[in-house]
Amino acid sequence: MATLDQVGVAARARLFASRSVKRSSKLFACNLIIACTDLTTLEGSDTKGRVEMLCAKALHPQPDDPSIPPVAAVCVYPAQAATAQRRLRGSSVKVAAVATGFPSGQVPTKVKVAEAEIAARHAQEIDMVMDRGAFLEGRYRDVQSEIAAVKEAIKDGHLKVILETGELGGLDQVRRASWLAMEAGADFIKTSTGKIQPAATLEVAVVMLEAIRDFAWATGREVGFKPAGGIRNTKQAIAYLVAVSEILGDRWLTPQRFRIGASSLLNDVLMQIYKERSGGYQSPEDFTQA
Amino acid sequence: MATSPPKTSPRPDLPAEPAADRAAEPEFPARLFEYAPAPESTEHVRLDDTYGLFIGGRLVAPHSRRHRPTVNPATEEELAQVAEADATDVDRAVAAAAEAYLPWSRLSGRRRARYLFRLARLVQERARELAVVETLDGGKPIREARDFDIPTAAQHLFYHAGWADKLEYAFAGARARPLGVIGQVIPWNFPLLMLAWKVAPALATGNTVVLKPAETTPLTALLFADICRQAELPAGVVNIITGGPEVGAALVRHPGLAKVAFTGSTAVGKEIQRVLAGSGKRLSLELGGKAAHVIFEDSPMDQAVEGVINGIFFNQGHVCCAGSRLLLQESIAEPFLRRLQLRMSRLRVGDPLDKNTDVGAINSRAQLDRIEELVRAGVEEGARLHQVSCRLPERGFWFPPSVFTGVAPAHRIAREEIFGPVLAVMTFRTAGEAVELANNTRYGLSAGVWTSKGSRILWMSQRLRAGVVWANTYNQFDAAAPFGGFAESGFGREGGAQGLGEYLEFS
Repeated sequence: MATLDQVGVAARARLFASRSVKRSSKLFACNLIIACTDLTTLEGSDTKGRVEMLCAKALHPQPDDPSIPPVAAVCVYPAQAATAQRRLRGSSVKVAAVATGFPSGQVPTKVKVAEAEIAARHAQEIDMVMDRGAFLEGRYRDVQSEIAAVKEAIKDGHLKVILETGELGGLDQVRRASWLAMEAGADFIKTSTGKIQPAATLEVAVVMLEAIRDFAWATGREVGFKPAGGIRNTKQAIAYLVAVSEILGDRWLTPQRFRIGASSLLNDVLMQIYKERSGGYQSPEDFTQA
Repeated sequence: MATSPPKTSPRPDLPAEPAADRAAEPEFPARLFEYAPAPESTEHVRLDDTYGLFIGGRLVAPHSRRHRPTVNPATEEELAQVAEADATDVDRAVAAAAEAYLPWSRLSGRRRARYLFRLARLVQERARELAVVETLDGGKPIREARDFDIPTAAQHLFYHAGWADKLEYAFAGARARPLGVIGQVIPWNFPLLMLAWKVAPALATGNTVVLKPAETTPLTALLFADICRQAELPAGVVNIITGGPEVGAALVRHPGLAKVAFTGSTAVGKEIQRVLAGSGKRLSLELGGKAAHVIFEDSPMDQAVEGVINGIFFNQGHVCCAGSRLLLQESIAEPFLRRLQLRMSRLRVGDPLDKNTDVGAINSRAQLDRIEELVRAGVEEGARLHQVSCRLPERGFWFPPSVFTGVAPAHRIAREEIFGPVLAVMTFRTAGEAVELANNTRYGLSAGVWTSKGSRILWMSQRLRAGVVWANTYNQFDAAAPFGGFAESGFGREGGAQGLGEYLEFS
């Protein structure tokens, strides 16, 4: 297995974070971030009304400005997938449902597979959690066979595998988990559930993106990347975009291979777009709640 | 999907032939997300039209009344007219330093420390200005000037300020005394940092100095003269004289010096050594290098690629300790070079003032000529040249990041210091062979080792003949770590207690 050096990875991440992205390139980045956003609500208190509100925001991030693109997907619990499906039908916005005992994954495999299969009836995309317990016990085959079983259960569904990198105990483990998930059939690898700290970090992103590159070299299959959790402002999001662009290049700068999971990022991106256009910041009231 | 490099090649070559290489599509092309120009502002920088010599605490006109222009190597535009010193000015400067020596050396360590702390803080306060001027005058990317050159220069001043009041008891059983007037000649690759490396230990130990910055990069030294004035450093403790190599030659020959400290080319270093023989002057030389960067098959490969990039393209390769010979374990040569080539396709070459620039301008026409001459020799001797395809500005001095594969140890590009963004790649089979190849050089300044095996790091560092061996990193500097070379890389150390000792007489 390839090894990693944490200090070196951190230095590379710092370089990405220090790129100065201004004017036309910032506008390009902001629009791309919106188009790649999985607008997310994952709370025990989620209701039909809350999800409908989120869907409205997903379709028209800024209702009075048609130049702002819709987001890529709305990400909800399986119980809310049908509501989201109804509201988003006929649009480009996909329904993504978390599954397999999100966020801990500590339920029997049979239940996980059943949950994913049911969720996939209303959601085109399934964000499953990797079994970290099995991974840390060294049962890598069990981890893989579970991912493969979920992949099979959701048929044509698009599978994102959440590694929950904050629980894996180091970058070498992140690399190993990325590889396992890709081999088992993941269409995307995703950093975090957002329920555990640390969630997405640029260092972890560097490691996962390099694993995706190596996997593409080894197999020809181009797996997507989704950082999620803790990405709240445009500057952070742009740093991920820089990393994707400088490591993997143009073919990953699309919602087919890049997503950002976030709940509160969108309005900050909108604010930055209007700031670039007009030269001044608008007040938070100018942007709709979601 | 891009195709794999041909596996039939007996040597670890990059995928494309040199001729086709520039036009070849890089793997994973990245063109969509172009960064708009992000130039660092120069509005806060005010340069004078002409600069005098800093002698006895004042900027004075040169005896010759002659000035010469210093240009921005990225645009070939003149930045300022800088005084041309001659032997008379050298006499004046050494006399000023000699006059300042007694009171300065008798000052308590605590008082000298106070001045050094003041200099360090002023360098920090004026960091943005110094960084921009360093970039304008030398061509290095603003990111490096801002994040490396200036902060590291300040660190050297702070570090040595801390030594000034501890000399009496720092060297057990010995009384440490200053030497006198020190003549210092520094290069153009890290102008302010090399100044700090020289001036800080000399002043901390109670010596006074006459410093000559490089002909192509005098401006930050002249700003430092202004900082000395701001810090109210006693007149004559630091003197700065500018001009060409003749001025440096006149300085090192001056009978009033107790010591000469030189950083620069091996050829000039040897000449100085000849001139000083029998003069009784102390001498320290920090000269060229041709460092081996050894990558084992169990290395963290992507970080090693970063290390190699940093090792050879940092400051356009104008680094005496640049990792210019890449020694790859043969079993990983192909995947490593594939990653290296992809990484090189991402290097942003261009306007040094742009905050996103990774590789800036070559320091001077003369240096560009030398790089081009050696690269031509590499091609003629049969090595294969691979260069990144980047659009270079029309004016100014530029050279694209380059890699030679199929290099034999006998080739000139494997033996001579290129001092530019040119990497020579060779392969090895065993650790023993890596050591042989690495040590097969006239130089011995630095080396790098990448492996996941701790014991191998120790094994290698015991055998590599180099003043610095970096393990799983490259180009790391600290004021507390002595830096210097073996063999034709010179002698004497800078930094740490060892570096301090170069400026002291023990009795």
